[in-house]
Amino acid sequence: MNKNGQAAAFYDLEGTLVSTNLVHTLAFYAKRQQGLWQTAKKSVGTLAKLPFFGVTDLYSRNVFNEVFFRSYSGFSQDRLRYFSDELFEEVLKPAIFPGTIELIAQGKKIGQRQVVLTGALDFTIEKMMDYLGIDDYVANRLEFVNGYATGRVLPPVMASATKAQWIREYAERENINLSGSYAYSDSISDLPMLSIVGHPVAVCPDFRLKQTALQHDWAILDLK
Amino acid sequence: MALHLRRKTHESIVYIDKDSAPRIMPFGEDFILNDIPVGTRVIYPNPPIKGLPNREAAIRYAVNHPIEMEPLYALLEPGMRVTIAMDDISLPLPPMQTPDLRQTMLEVVLDMCGANGVDDIHLIIANSLHRKMTEWEMKRMVGTAIFNEYYPDRYYNHDAEDDDNLVTLGVTRHNEPLRVNKRAIESDLLIYLNINLVPMDGGHKSVAVGLCDYESLRAHHEPQTIRDSHSYMDPPASELNHKVVRLGKLVDENCKVFHIETAINNKMFPEGYDILTRNEDEFSFADRLKWEAMARTFSKLPRAARRKMLHAIPAQYELIACYAGKTEPVHEKILEKNYQQYEIPVKGQCDILISGIPDISPYNVYSALNPLLVQVMALGYHFNMYRNKPLLRKGGVMIITHPCFDEFDHNFHPAYIEFFHRLLPESRDAFYLREKYEREFATNPAYIEMYRRGNAYHGAHPFFMWYWGENGRQHVGKVIVAGAENAHVPEMLGWERADNLTEAIAMARSYMGRAAEITMLHQPIIGLCNVTD
Repeated sequence: MNKNGQAAAFYDLEGTLVSTNLVHTLAFYAKRQQGLWQTAKKSVGTLAKLPFFGVTDLYSRNVFNEVFFRSYSGFSQDRLRYFSDELFEEVLKPAIFPGTIELIAQGKKIGQRQVVLTGALDFTIEKMMDYLGIDDYVANRLEFVNGYATGRVLPPVMASATKAQWIREYAERENINLSGSYAYSDSISDLPMLSIVGHPVAVCPDFRLKQTALQHDWAILDLK
Repeated sequence: MALHLRRKTHESIVYIDKDSAPRIMPFGEDFILNDIPVGTRVIYPNPPIKGLPNREAAIRYAVNHPIEMEPLYALLEPGMRVTIAMDDISLPLPPMQTPDLRQTMLEVVLDMCGANGVDDIHLIIANSLHRKMTEWEMKRMVGTAIFNEYYPDRYYNHDAEDDDNLVTLGVTRHNEPLRVNKRAIESDLLIYLNINLVPMDGGHKSVAVGLCDYESLRAHHEPQTIRDSHSYMDPPASELNHKVVRLGKLVDENCKVFHIETAINNKMFPEGYDILTRNEDEFSFADRLKWEAMARTFSKLPRAARRKMLHAIPAQYELIACYAGKTEPVHEKILEKNYQQYEIPVKGQCDILISGIPDISPYNVYSALNPLLVQVMALGYHFNMYRNKPLLRKGGVMIITHPCFDEFDHNFHPAYIEFFHRLLPESRDAFYLREKYEREFATNPAYIEMYRRGNAYHGAHPFFMWYWGENGRQHVGKVIVAGAENAHVPEMLGWERADNLTEAIAMARSYMGRAAEITMLHQPIIGLCNVTD
């Protein structure tokens, strides 16, 4: 690890910088299917799967990702990309926490590289990354065959330990000093990522992360 | 016969002899009874000066008869912008019974503003880098009616990190920069409402420190300035005060400030708890019963409950003086009154100073007194409560009583935790810490957001707390903590520990000799020892 390198701030996205989660995005697309029947079918399907998503997320973020992205199966790539601007304006932008912009600005002020690691899909967050002034980001990527989503996510799937691994490789490549770097997340599933930097910060944390943060004397932040 | 042997040089000074009663000492959230060696000089607070019978009338008189300024009503014009700034929750200590003195001052001032057609009014809490007050605390401070009318748009905490709402006034002739609250400084009139609890408060410090930003504060909240202040409770001998005065003059060049200062007596506890500040030799049977009841109740409660209980007891302070007008002459008048209440003439320094650390400090209102704050109370405040000479001889031993638990409030003191556990094991050198780490903490984005959006002390604040103990650290030979429940906290602070006071005194005597002179500050005390040879 380079101790003289630049510091960075690594952010989780959903629940950390914005109040929305992956389901909001899926619901948005479900409502914008071709034809009324498809729209109704996908919307009701998404709604019905909510408890299932909740349980799998509690069990394991990796399992959740595997199950969750199957819901995108059959979605057209054009349609997903076409509505991504609208998704940002209508769903994501209003969901940005009031403190998010300030936090990123503070980080930039002291020369930190701003990096987002998210389990969201890449095309859904491109616009938001520009808007927030993020230097680098990594997101999940759907597999498309003949212009339609297969419901599988291309590896590496961004969640839990994969985020930590990605940060290590990124730090090596970009000459980042992890001891002087910050990581922000709301979820216990990001514990690996929080554990490898010098300044872990729990943002609006879930119960388990809050207990962990209290136990380890990590900063606990509320951006709402 | 024993009574005859007791020397009485001042009504607040008592010497322990063979049949003296044991003394009550604060021990964090608890109070304990200790036998003190014969010959020990015990210093009590002066009796409280009788409060003014009608404080509203006193405030009204002061604003109508100000010093070196026109009366307030003559300064007010319809349509003008007025900002009323006031001290934060760190004053007075503990928080006083309602209505708070600030509420009464506000009622008088707002009434006058209304009568003169002034309605563009903002109320700003001058919290500087202290934690922002919570909604509940803000309401308690000004009363429901004012709160409902002004909160949150026109009644808020100062934000030292809000670049858009800060304005640079320039630098002093000693190159000290000053950036302050824009609304306050650009108002047609800035009215400051102050409560002077100790001589360090008030005067130019109110605006120039209370409403400034980190870079401005950094110029005087630094180790050398503290080392050069003997003490910072004695303004003419305080380098800190000299710097603040220079900055205050810069404020005066840019803004019309109408200062309302108040002095209060030292009636800290309500009936029932007042035994904690009295001479135990003079306890009546009823007083002893009160103590027994208090001690038994406290012994049954867990620490958190004792803390809650202590923090729920409001101070009974009464107004003893109010002056208004130009900052400096007003402050001089108030300081005179402060000294009248607090000053205790003491002949001769001591070799061993005993001071119990109560759960009262400007920085832990409604939270725990963490190790760094124990340090600031011992070497910052208790050591510095003197004029002329320190009460403790150079190289002497200071004994404090406190459990020294390793407990921090995550909402209020997040940066303290990192300072204590990460930095102190590396170095206790204030200059080194300032040079290497202060700015890192001050610009930590998480700490800045916790300060701005939550109720956390600023990231730089633990450094200031460490510097605050700097002249004490340079002067005191050793600090021994009697009753520390662990070894690592005293060790990290550079202190020694003892199981109890008797052991601590024995240790201190082994360093200072059997003939060492012992003095005990009977805490909690708001008193200022004027030490002469």
